[in-house]
Amino acid sequence: MVPFAGYSMPVQYPAGLMAEHKHTRDAAGLFDISHMGQLRLVGPDAAAAFETLMPVDVIDLAPGKQRYGLLLNDDGGILDDLMFFNEGHGSIFVIVNGACKVADLAHIQQKIGERCDVQPMPDHALLALQGPQAAAALARLSPGIERFVFMTGGTVQIGGIPAFATRSGYTGEDGFEISVAGQDADALARLLLAQPEVKPIGLGARNSLRLEAGLCLYGNDIDTTTTPVEASLNWAIQKVRRAGGAREGGFPGTAKVLAQLAAATAGAAGRTDHDTLKRKRVGLVALERIPVRDGTLLQSFEGQDIGIVTSGLLGPTADRPVAMGYVATAFSEPGTRVQAIVRGKPVPMEVSTLPFVPARYYRG
Amino acid sequence: MSIKYTKDHEWVSAEGGAATVGITVHAQDALGDVVFVDLPEVGKTFAQGEVAGVVESVKAAADVFMPVSGEITEVNEALRADPSLANTDPLAAGWFFKVKLSDPAQLDALLDAATYDKFAAES
Repeated sequence: MVPFAGYSMPVQYPAGLMAEHKHTRDAAGLFDISHMGQLRLVGPDAAAAFETLMPVDVIDLAPGKQRYGLLLNDDGGILDDLMFFNEGHGSIFVIVNGACKVADLAHIQQKIGERCDVQPMPDHALLALQGPQAAAALARLSPGIERFVFMTGGTVQIGGIPAFATRSGYTGEDGFEISVAGQDADALARLLLAQPEVKPIGLGARNSLRLEAGLCLYGNDIDTTTTPVEASLNWAIQKVRRAGGAREGGFPGTAKVLAQLAAATAGAAGRTDHDTLKRKRVGLVALERIPVRDGTLLQSFEGQDIGIVTSGLLGPTADRPVAMGYVATAFSEPGTRVQAIVRGKPVPMEVSTLPFVPARYYRG
Repeated sequence: MSIKYTKDHEWVSAEGGAATVGITVHAQDALGDVVFVDLPEVGKTFAQGEVAGVVESVKAAADVFMPVSGEITEVNEALRADPSLANTDPLAAGWFFKVKLSDPAQLDALLDAATYDKFAAES
């Protein structure tokens, strides 16, 4: 157990991180992620109000659907990344990072508290059931739940326990996140763990799974000093919010983020503006079997400092050292060779596309 | 042959002027699945307490300290090829390196098994 975001959290269970990681990829793993923040934004103006905080299409998200979002500060820096779900009837359900939840609530309340009702849900727990056998295990307790596709969800009964489930997660696998009243969490967890496919999985394996899936960890790979474009999260900025879109801009840091987006788009045609977009998050694979960890300096082969690793380890499924980090834009193309300085020794690495392990989301 | 232990969780099996070094059962248990070992160069000399190698698990990297002063005479290439030997057989097939001792008297100050076990249980 380790202290994390004010909670005591299991890093690993007796099986160990490697076995837990592999079990999640092969069968189904249960994660207790109750430290994460849950809240509702309620009112007829909630979606339009929430959209003013993020470079994301909130207004057009259909009821019953979920989307990834980014709270930005006025410099375009990322205050937090989150998931939001349109419950219909002017209600948006939001899940934010545990370490950020107090600040997020204050930020949201201050910015849009007059336009909608901001309702924290501290009495709710959150469980994630992830892996190729998650749907089969959960459907046994909640027939019909297998009909949800990736990034959809709704109110369900699981073994008679009322809950709210979405088909999503943060491992790259098919799976579900389940919000449940705190008083029912223990019973729900025991029900899920009683299924033959399911084992408990700790935070350590959650980290290695999400890294192989190419997903950012807030505080490591993204923070207030990184923008969505630098973080290669352009996919999270829908067309409607981009230059020329029907609801262009209007989010904190608009000028900077849209300028960087234009530079990144020009880069696809080989004309990257390196002053506007100085660095990008990339995937990296070490060409020797040496783990390259968070904080490792990246250099060109000429010895020039070009970036830093923000997450890295030996991927249990990828079976090779994988990492993510920021590099100067000129070094961001897949296939580019760089070197990581590990304990004073250079380790060659190659910029790689993400994810390192193919995602297996269920899209129907 | 005597086996001694350090508070940095290495074991030393010494005979004559030579010793074999590895990490303890407690150390590999705390580290979890070992995925990489960085072994010292043969012929290199280290003082007691210097960092002679690194062992990395999925979750962390840890230094391997030289339990006694001396020259590296051999490293375990099998461990380099299969780092999980440090988990499955830490006291035998998972040895790290062999040392020619420059000051065998240093062994006397290391911990015996009972003292180490008590130390590890409390740490």
